[in-house]
Amino acid sequence: MNNDTLIPKIGVVTDIRQDTPDVKTFRVIAPEGGKVFEHMPGQCAMLSIPGVGEAMFSITSSPTNKEFMEFSIKKCGCLTEWLHAMEVGQQITIRGPYGNAFPVEGDLKGKDLLFIAGGIGLAPLRSVINYVRDNRANYGDVQVIYGSRSKDDLVDYKEIIEEWMADPNIRVDLTIDNPQEGWDGHVGFVPNYVKELAPSTSKTVLVCGPPIMIKFTLAGLKELGFTETQVYTTMELRMKCGVGKCGRCNIGNKYVCKDGPVFRFDQLGELPDEY
Amino acid sequence: MLKISKSKLNELFDAVSAKQTLYIPADREAGAAEYRKYEKGMELTSELNTVRSAKDFFFPQTENLADFKIEGKTIEVKDVREECEDFVVFGVRACDARSFTILDKVFLCEPVDSFYKNRRDHGTVVTMACTRPSETCFCQTFGIDPTVPEGDAACFDDGENIFFKANNEKGQKFIDSVASLLEEGDTSKLDEVQAKTKAIMEKLPLAKLSTENFGGDKLNEYFSSDKWAELSQACLGCGTCTFVCPTCQCYDIKDFNTGHGIKRFRCWDSCMYSDFTKMAHGNPRLTQLERFRQRFMHKLVYFPANNDGEFGCVGCGRCLSKCPISMNIVKVMKALEVK
Amino acid sequence: MQEAMIKRAKELLADGSVDRVIGWKRGEFAYDMTPAVFTSAEELDSEFIFDDFTSANVSKYLVKETAKEGKILAFLKPCDTYSFNQLIKEHRIDRDKVYVIGIPGGPKLDIEKIKAKGITGILSVKNEDYTLKIETLYGEETMPFSEAILDKCASCKSKKHVVYDELIGEDGDVLDSNRFDMVEKLENMTAQERFDFWRDQLSKCIRCNACRNVCPACTCENCVFDNPKSGIDNKAPADSFEENMFHIIRAFHVAGRCTDCGECSRVCPQHIPLHLLNRKFIKDINELYGEYQAGADTTSRAPLNTYTKDDCEPSIVHERGVE
Repeated sequence: MNNDTLIPKIGVVTDIRQDTPDVKTFRVIAPEGGKVFEHMPGQCAMLSIPGVGEAMFSITSSPTNKEFMEFSIKKCGCLTEWLHAMEVGQQITIRGPYGNAFPVEGDLKGKDLLFIAGGIGLAPLRSVINYVRDNRANYGDVQVIYGSRSKDDLVDYKEIIEEWMADPNIRVDLTIDNPQEGWDGHVGFVPNYVKELAPSTSKTVLVCGPPIMIKFTLAGLKELGFTETQVYTTMELRMKCGVGKCGRCNIGNKYVCKDGPVFRFDQLGELPDEY
Repeated sequence: MLKISKSKLNELFDAVSAKQTLYIPADREAGAAEYRKYEKGMELTSELNTVRSAKDFFFPQTENLADFKIEGKTIEVKDVREECEDFVVFGVRACDARSFTILDKVFLCEPVDSFYKNRRDHGTVVTMACTRPSETCFCQTFGIDPTVPEGDAACFDDGENIFFKANNEKGQKFIDSVASLLEEGDTSKLDEVQAKTKAIMEKLPLAKLSTENFGGDKLNEYFSSDKWAELSQACLGCGTCTFVCPTCQCYDIKDFNTGHGIKRFRCWDSCMYSDFTKMAHGNPRLTQLERFRQRFMHKLVYFPANNDGEFGCVGCGRCLSKCPISMNIVKVMKALEVK
Repeated sequence: MQEAMIKRAKELLADGSVDRVIGWKRGEFAYDMTPAVFTSAEELDSEFIFDDFTSANVSKYLVKETAKEGKILAFLKPCDTYSFNQLIKEHRIDRDKVYVIGIPGGPKLDIEKIKAKGITGILSVKNEDYTLKIETLYGEETMPFSEAILDKCASCKSKKHVVYDELIGEDGDVLDSNRFDMVEKLENMTAQERFDFWRDQLSKCIRCNACRNVCPACTCENCVFDNPKSGIDNKAPADSFEENMFHIIRAFHVAGRCTDCGECSRVCPQHIPLHLLNRKFIKDINELYGEYQAGADTTSRAPLNTYTKDDCEPSIVHERGVE
């Protein structure tokens, strides 16, 4: 019988990074080495510990990385607690890739890009940012606006400081919600910071974060003159199959696992408000 | 047309079941039929249809997807799939036969669900034309003719004889396999029976129910209808409608620790259940209104939007009979219709 | 009766005594009524119905309804008043927000019993001197009313309303019912026979949860079977867990609180006689702790929650469990 997408493959956790107090990044490879499968930025995978549960996570590493995949996972439920308790060398099950991707080889090509992320919302965008950095000639200006509750809650802070901020070809603006000792950067919520920075409306925006942050960021962008067709986001709903068959992650007639998770706001606007 | 006398039908069942597993609708108790594995002497039910639909044959309530063995940090995945044995389902009604076409659209589109396909490939569906439709029947709303059912092969009852017609190669193979029991028969009485059934169909209380104003093009209009609150008001949030429905195919995937390893299984799930869309950090369908709306929007709007106008209902009437509070797709369609 | 109820409901709505009315709404056919809330005289006139098929117990809806603003008029049959009282006792219903009108009970009819006679294409059902005249697409059929009575009505425990603000019609008495006959029959079986009986019945379960969701004693905000953290939230292995455990655990959960309203068996799409599990508990409680009827009042102490020096010793309970 042919392979069935519901039957998972094995992944080996080769590195675990404590990114924030409640976010860890896991590096996963196939038991025989190399990646378990290829993906495009924005796509997701179903990770599981058999007996504990299975859930969908965005792949945070860039497909340009040929050695491994990474997942940045926030501790918020039964499965994620288990994942956080893992040690290096632990095997998990993995299946995918699922969903569409940010159109890095389509509409985003040649555009000035603005990434706006809040908290763990950086995870899916990090894949795109690193993809863009590795294919830098294909894109225009690149700006990243990223905020979190505190300095400690900035996911992948080390990579941001050491690689992104050192990269003369991209601009990074960081903010945290409240003042903190040892932080001399910007303080304030992401949506307000975006309005302060007033980025050029020529940019194409990729936004991800908590629903409330996305909502206010979109409103702010509109005030600045952006249109919905310029703004992409990625969605998250409860999923079981990953291929549009188990019937639970739909918004109207679109399945987030299959037709998403990446949507442009004008497309999302045509769908019922149920997410 | 080839036929067998009804008095000899059990001989045919015996012959079929000698070669492969045969399922027929039989009475469990007065007024309640179910598909049962045929055993010598079992009688075909006189009920119009079974309480549970025939979807179980291809999409069972529970099935094993994979087994896992965990030792220390290593996990072994065991593919538990086995090629299914050939089987025959006899006596499927036109509504349930159409439900397979709908389920096919979900499970056989890429990526193909190999569990479903395995059973579909090995199952032969022999349908039975209806002669006594019930007041809850509305298959004609969805363009189904219960006197000429789909399926691999179709049977027709003229009161004394059962006539056979192949609809495809698989069906022809079935008829060939029992050819020695069949004889050519005159269909004039059958034509009368069919004409009578068609006359009854026109008089069915739901004969005029139409899908004309449903479909994908009024998605938001239907979604934001103010009728949902009233329609869902008494809904108990149970899964009866979804579980007796031949086209409801939502499922859950769960793990079960047997003590000797982990079994990952798939089981029917219901959009009517409160935990269907519940996540660690919230739920987009918080009240029964949203869950109730999802079920009917899926059948009447979302499914046709994604499947060239095909609706996710076959008018079998099971939800009409079985909903504990008698709320159902017919009442929803009548209340909701936007002209 | 229906006219009298609509008239009274309209009066109470008009004088502002209540804001809403809960009752039953006319269906598509002669028999499919839906519990419904009415807010206007027009709605009552056009859609309110009370007849031989309005069997649904509306008391559980009052949990949700009394959480809202305003007062609601509830029409309760005698059996429904027991459920209502029990919910009051468990502080699930705000009594001040309900105006209860006691209405006569059944026996109500079970459409499935009519269909089980092979009667189909049903267009209307009329009760003429306890003979049902059933008009169908295939001609008129008749059957005795007594053969189409809902199981829960056939073993009715009481015609008495245990709570009401006013009555329409007359009040009845607690009946000396035959409701424990089948339980006794099961008790007299051998363990193997009894096991086989329940295996056979419970193997039909499709785990639709209709029994739980309709049950006025099942009002937990989050049921243990819906809680992933319970470890028993599986919806699935229909051939093992359900057969052995789900219904039994549920019967334990409602023991001493189940009023024997019979809704569980009425709504079961697979005709599993679930009420027999509950009745076994009721019978045992009666025998071990003295006669007790859940919902009969709002003040008496529940036997399973109350310790008295006269309580039977655990060994007695244990002995009874041994074949």
